[in-house]
Amino acid sequence: MNIKLKIWRQKNAESKGAFVKYDFDGVSPEMSFLEMLDALNKKLIEEGDEPVAFDHDCREGICGTCGMYINGRPHGSVQGITTCHLSMRKFKNRATIYVEPWRAKPFPVIKDLIVDRSAFDKIMTAGGFISTNVGSAPDAHAIPVVKEKADIAFDSTICIGCGACVAACKNASAMLFLSAKVSQYALLPQGRVEAKERVQAMVLKMDELGFGNCTNTGACEAECPKNISLSNIARMNREFYKAKIT
Amino acid sequence: MRRFFGSSVTKKLVMALAGLFLIAFLIVHLTINLFLLSDDPDPFNKAAHFMASNPLIKIFEVVLMGGFLIHIIWGVILQIQNWIARPKRYKVTYPSQTSFFSKYMIYLGIIILIFLFLHFLNFYFVKLGLVEGDHENFYEMVYDLFKIPLYLIIYLVSFIILAFHLHHGFQSAFQTFGINHKKYTPVIKAIGLIYSLVVPAGFSIIPIIIYFFK
Ligand code: HEM
Ligand code: FES
Repeated sequence: MNIKLKIWRQKNAESKGAFVKYDFDGVSPEMSFLEMLDALNKKLIEEGDEPVAFDHDCREGICGTCGMYINGRPHGSVQGITTCHLSMRKFKNRATIYVEPWRAKPFPVIKDLIVDRSAFDKIMTAGGFISTNVGSAPDAHAIPVVKEKADIAFDSTICIGCGACVAACKNASAMLFLSAKVSQYALLPQGRVEAKERVQAMVLKMDELGFGNCTNTGACEAECPKNISLSNIARMNREFYKAKIT
Repeated sequence: MRRFFGSSVTKKLVMALAGLFLIAFLIVHLTINLFLLSDDPDPFNKAAHFMASNPLIKIFEVVLMGGFLIHIIWGVILQIQNWIARPKRYKVTYPSQTSFFSKYMIYLGIIILIFLFLHFLNFYFVKLGLVEGDHENFYEMVYDLFKIPLYLIIYLVSFIILAFHLHHGFQSAFQTFGINHKKYTPVIKAIGLIYSLVVPAGFSIIPIIIYFFK
């Protein structure tokens, strides 16, 4: 199939960048979006051009590096998957596809489609951990955990930190990411010990890094490849108030 | 500046509390306005006089103005921070499944604010005696105003805008408070929808009846 790509090309963090058009014939519907970009890069290299820089690692939807904004949506049009899982079958022949990097002040573009997402790491180092040395895996049921809570905690741990929530949010807010990380600890006994300090430190860090504020719009939840729920944000708000008043 | 009014979460909480307070006030305001539908000017004038003279109401007025100011100032600060957080916009955007009016809250709010200025000029400042009222009583003043077509239209449009603002605002405030529940959130959203339809409709019906039927 043939597609018309309009890809954001930017030499480095300082340069201005612009869309570059590629009329690309070498696409088969079996390809994933990243394989399509690989094929395009091969062609570009053969022609002596600079290949398109994009982030990727696992290519199986768990590392969270392959984020890009495809036709106005993080990870493309299919809900619940990452870009590496996006199939070219989902595009029409001769479709025009705009590919942009995440746009947010705390995620500056490094090159082409790659942004610096270390702001998320900074939020995690501010409080996204427990300080005890847990050693090897404990015996099952050594610490009783209610099944429902364990399930909700698990649902929030599956956040892969890809940044799609920030990219989708009209305010570039990191609340969905943050709330998933706060929730995964807040719901389990091991995480409760430092719950107060954690939520305050992480919110403080998020604000400091220049992310926007939540307006409960819900674009993050709608576009999250892991279907992280908005109820996490409500939980984080509760945790935050609890920490402030007690 | 970012820290001055507390964290992002705190700012949102303050704003939502102020917003909910305004929502409660609108019910009181509507109740008084409904007296206007009576052919007898007395009940409305008495209520207006009570609102103008009772010392407790005076205190409440200060609180109410504070509520408006806090909601507006906090709202504008949050919005400016949100604009700064995305200096470079996307070329293509797709409307995700979201709370629709959420995207326009600041613009809806600004229109409400403009309406409020007009409203103060017409009624509130007259009540305070800051602006000369050329009518014997409030009842007649209202009736004369609503006989002006332009004023009727401005009034109606403003309440449609308010309905949009409240459609997102009502349920949003509860999420901000940390209330998100499988069973109760749909109930909150339903109450928000009913409120955002009934209250603006209630305010709107009064000038319509006055214009066409009185
Ligand atoms: C009678 C008047 C008003 C009422 C009852 C009202 C009510 C509300 C409520 C309940 C919220 C949700 C708060 C939250 O979730 O944090 C809200 C949000 C908001 N309001 Fe108002 N408001 C009014 C007037 C205004 C005015 C005059 C402005 C500004 C010029 C304004 C600007 C905003 C903004 C920017 C938001 C934030 C939107 C968001 O967080 O999604 N509002 N309003
Ligand atoms: S490459 Fe790892 S999630 Fe897509």
